[in-house]
Amino acid sequence: MSKNNTPAKMPGGRRKIDFKMLGRVIKLLFASYPRLLPIAMCCMVLSAMVSACPAIFTQRIINIVDVALKAGHGWDVVAPQVVPLVLILVSLYVLSIIFITLQTQLMAYITQGFLTKMRRKLFDGMQNLPIKYFDTHQHGDIMSHYTNDIDTLRQLVSQSLPSLLQSCTIVLTVLFIMLWSSVWMTLVVLVGVCVMIVVSGKIGGGSAKNFIKLQRNVGRLEGYVQEMMSGQKVVKVFSHEKKVREEFAQINEELFQTSYRANAFANMLGPIIMNIGNILYVIVATVGGVFILSELPNVSLSGLGAYLSQGAAFGTLTIGVAVSFLNMTKQFTGNINTFSQQINSIVMALAGAGRIFALMDQQPEIDDGYVTLVNANIDAQGNITETNEHTGHWAWKHPHSDGTITYTELKGDVRLTEVDFGYEEDKLVLHNVSVYAEPGQKVAFVGATGAGKTTITNLINRFYDIDDGKIRYDGININKIKKSDLRSSLGIVLQDTNLFTGTVMDNIRYGRLDASDEDCKQAAKLSGADDFITRLPEGYNTLLTNNGANLSQGQRQLIAIARAAVADPPVMILDEATSSIDTRTEAIVQRGMDALMKGRTVFVIAHRLSTVRNSDVIMVLEKGVIIERGSHDKLIEEKGKYYQLYTGAFELE
Amino acid sequence: MFKKFLKSVREFKLPSILTLIFIIAEVVIEVFIPFTTAKLINYIQTTAMLEMAVIAKYGITLVIMALLSLTCGGVAAYTCAKASSGFSRNLRQDVFDRIQTFAFENIDKFSSTSLVTRLTTDIHNVQMSYMMIIRTAVRAPLMLVFAIIMAAVMGGWLAMSFAVLVPLLGFGLFLISRKAMPAFRAVFRKYDRLNESIEENVRGMRVVKGFSREDYEKKKFGIAAEDICSDFTKAERIVALNSPLMQVCVYANMVFVMLVGSMLVINSGGAVVNVGHMSAMLTYGMQILIQLMMLSMIYVMLTMSSESMKRIIEVLDERSALTSPENAVTTVKDGSIDFENVNFKYSAKAERFALSDVDLHIDSGMTVGILGGTGSSKSTLVQLIPRLYDVTEGCVKVGGVDVREYDLDTLRGQVAMVLQKNLLFSGTIKDNLRWGNENATDEEMIEACKLAQAHEFVTSFPDGYDTHIEQGGTNVSGGQKQRLCIARALLKKPKILILDDSTSAVDTRTDAFIRAGFKSYIPETTKIIIAQRVSSVQDADLILVMENGTIAAMGKHDDLLASCDIYKEIYTQQTKGGEDDE
Repeated sequence: MSKNNTPAKMPGGRRKIDFKMLGRVIKLLFASYPRLLPIAMCCMVLSAMVSACPAIFTQRIINIVDVALKAGHGWDVVAPQVVPLVLILVSLYVLSIIFITLQTQLMAYITQGFLTKMRRKLFDGMQNLPIKYFDTHQHGDIMSHYTNDIDTLRQLVSQSLPSLLQSCTIVLTVLFIMLWSSVWMTLVVLVGVCVMIVVSGKIGGGSAKNFIKLQRNVGRLEGYVQEMMSGQKVVKVFSHEKKVREEFAQINEELFQTSYRANAFANMLGPIIMNIGNILYVIVATVGGVFILSELPNVSLSGLGAYLSQGAAFGTLTIGVAVSFLNMTKQFTGNINTFSQQINSIVMALAGAGRIFALMDQQPEIDDGYVTLVNANIDAQGNITETNEHTGHWAWKHPHSDGTITYTELKGDVRLTEVDFGYEEDKLVLHNVSVYAEPGQKVAFVGATGAGKTTITNLINRFYDIDDGKIRYDGININKIKKSDLRSSLGIVLQDTNLFTGTVMDNIRYGRLDASDEDCKQAAKLSGADDFITRLPEGYNTLLTNNGANLSQGQRQLIAIARAAVADPPVMILDEATSSIDTRTEAIVQRGMDALMKGRTVFVIAHRLSTVRNSDVIMVLEKGVIIERGSHDKLIEEKGKYYQLYTGAFELE
Repeated sequence: MFKKFLKSVREFKLPSILTLIFIIAEVVIEVFIPFTTAKLINYIQTTAMLEMAVIAKYGITLVIMALLSLTCGGVAAYTCAKASSGFSRNLRQDVFDRIQTFAFENIDKFSSTSLVTRLTTDIHNVQMSYMMIIRTAVRAPLMLVFAIIMAAVMGGWLAMSFAVLVPLLGFGLFLISRKAMPAFRAVFRKYDRLNESIEENVRGMRVVKGFSREDYEKKKFGIAAEDICSDFTKAERIVALNSPLMQVCVYANMVFVMLVGSMLVINSGGAVVNVGHMSAMLTYGMQILIQLMMLSMIYVMLTMSSESMKRIIEVLDERSALTSPENAVTTVKDGSIDFENVNFKYSAKAERFALSDVDLHIDSGMTVGILGGTGSSKSTLVQLIPRLYDVTEGCVKVGGVDVREYDLDTLRGQVAMVLQKNLLFSGTIKDNLRWGNENATDEEMIEACKLAQAHEFVTSFPDGYDTHIEQGGTNVSGGQKQRLCIARALLKKPKILILDDSTSAVDTRTDAFIRAGFKSYIPETTKIIIAQRVSSVQDADLILVMENGTIAAMGKHDDLLASCDIYKEIYTQQTKGGEDDE
């Protein structure tokens, strides 16, 4: 059996299928279901084998009937011969049905379980990725891993792989039976099958190539549509409808061209394989006829066995064998056809798997921090002891290499010393930046877009790591602090407010998960959000969806402020919103912000005069360098850039 | 519902019909092939002295049949792909074109993401269904009928098995689909929500990480994912019953044919049923049951895509709220604007008017400033001028003519508006500017940019006016984007220019330059400026202060400062900064 032509080796597949990817998917499948999957596979193989066997018995029955007919025997003579065979047939069928039920039920369970595992793995892995990943990848692309790519895997696991396994099994079983019956005839079938594989490989490959192109064109159309749908009002205002329609028609036309090519190839595969099968059928019939007529010796494995053991000569081809060959040919081609229908989905699934693995293989955020944040008791002498209770005091627990542990009170003293940083290796965004913030101080960053204001705040909570210099928090190098502890000691309110689906209460509690309802309400009152929340139809239990779409911009900001307030961190990072909210709401938001700032160390990216003026220190940034620093009065006196900004053009972005 | 879709078939009617014809031909041949092979087998089995010539005759017939079937199948595959892809192309264009006719009112109804889904996923689903219909939905019942007929002809008494098995299987499959469909629909809705929550997580990653809520998010997601998993498994397991059910039927048929068949053959001495018939019965039996399986698949697929169809129809059925009148006025005399007793609400069902009792006259060439809090309907007021919405009562006149009498393109060509939510499209800066005037020369573009104070920063880019703008204009700052949008509007050389809070991210000095430019370079153009900053409107010829959908006060800066409390409050708050915070 040197010519083991299993469909898995289709040349069309080989050209495109990345087998490493396939291996990895299969390995993961086994790892997820180390017991169930082998059972399901056994069922698949057994049911496939069992479904190939009846051919032997139907052939025998037909043989018996044929012989009996020619001999003129009655049913009473034939029945004892036929009925046992039928009973064997029935028991085989019962087995097959049991296997197939088990297999399909198991696979339904395994497929969904596996997809869920993949989804969770993807999601869990994603949570551990650094912010950089999200800053450098389109959100739509990340999302398509969860939707399109996972969907292609579903097809692979639930259909393509089982079909691959079953087709292989049936083909091998049938092949064995064929060889058992007649080697010559088998060779005839195999030649035909080779032709089939070559042809379907060619077409399947062409189809797969077009499908990949199709994916690209679909993406292009999607991008265009997305842009135009969100800009629909602009299109109207400029009466640009006709031009947009023409542009769309062009992209649509290209999509049509690839779509119909890809589908034409895919559709043709079926008829081609089936009809090669039909022709093969004729050839097998003809060759069978020739063998029977010419009474050539029929070389077969069964005959070989007899020959070797008893020295019996090879018999001639019987009619029953010839007929069973015809049926087996059908089975052979049917299975190859079944499998060839899966080529496209396998190619697409493996491309999808490639993208999923690429996300999973992303380097997660590294956290070597060992300094942790603990609840602390501080006695009159200033001695700090660790406790499990919430005392309102916190301390940094710092284990040293010599086994000793020191505790440092969490105060909120943050110092950046000569920090250099760039998002890309050779392009520095911050040069030699030093900022000292003592506990309770308010530091404002002022400067144009791209000056590096947001970058500084990204460094303090270690969304990004600095290239050079030092950042110390209460005297501890922040690289030594466990990231989660560092971040929970820092509150952030961002320019773009992000709320999550859930009640208003849930959203506020996001700041501190063990906060009571009362705590949350208290925080809302502090930030001035309580007023509007209580006026919502269901108050704190109002459900927010779609990033709080039912709230105004100002209201969303107030919730975000309350969320930070409930966390009650000693240090706050605030990015004031630039988008225009009306003067009154702005005043409320401003009051909320001010309340939040009281008694904390605050880094604020300021867009409003009042915030800037009330700050202890103002840092004026330009192209990543702090060009001026000092209090408002001092900077006004110096009559430098800040003075210019303040008096003439105040472009605070 | 289907009728509406058929309209989009258009030039692909021919390939669609050809597909049907060739598939019918293919089916006929495909049915006759086993008929012929049965004869061949019968010949081999029943004839004592085989003649090669007879076998060759059958063989050649079969080969010709196979070739014919191949041709038919191949042609059908091609025409079917062409027809279904073409149909989806037309449908997509129809939906897109329909959206282009939408007025603002219609646009407000559909979210942009839902329109994107309709144009992509939904249409893809419909395309697949169409392909399924013209290929399999004809083929399967046809095959079924032929196979049943052939089986009846060939098998005689043996075909009786189908009379029991077919209804049994059909009923079983129907039951399974009926049970599975609602389960699937429910789980798909849940699945959509799960994906929405992932999107939320990705979007809010800074918040997640900022509060170090990674583990919390993982747990939350885990619960939701497992919940969906169990629902999905339940639905899938119902569908998974399809294949054992079908096996049971196939096997039952096999056993019947083997047992009863051989009995009939022997008892009738091969006269009623012979061996060839037995094997033919096996083939047809298989075919009949496979076709039933196909039908159930089609049923599932069609019900699944019916949701998509509904969503597409929703768009196609949406009638534009605004159209150009017949015998429309095609010239705009000047930039004067009149609001006469205007009342407006966004939908007929709304209880309150968004604008009420607006009476206003603006001379051509005037500069008008509009101030007011969010929700005071500033934008609503100006959107009536280029007829983005129609008034509910009263009328709006431009150049002395009711806006409803103008040709829409004419009106909007003369009324340039920079929207609050302004947007640049991917393409070069020049491409974007040409939205204002397709035939604008380089000089005209530079002039407009100079006026909008954009020329300086544009030329500071390495590629100047050929700089590529990313989708949504993410690679220019907010202030730069706003200035480019103003330049784009200026290129229209409009009689009326409306800036809806379009300089909020531009610094006050540049803002002042822009306004000064307007004054000296486009004095005849009526300028309407909505702003948050008093400084942006302070020296306008007329300032409107809006509150709760009405004009609370109007006049010049000094008058308003003296007479209008709201104006005074806004003014003091902005100029004095945070001094009163303490």
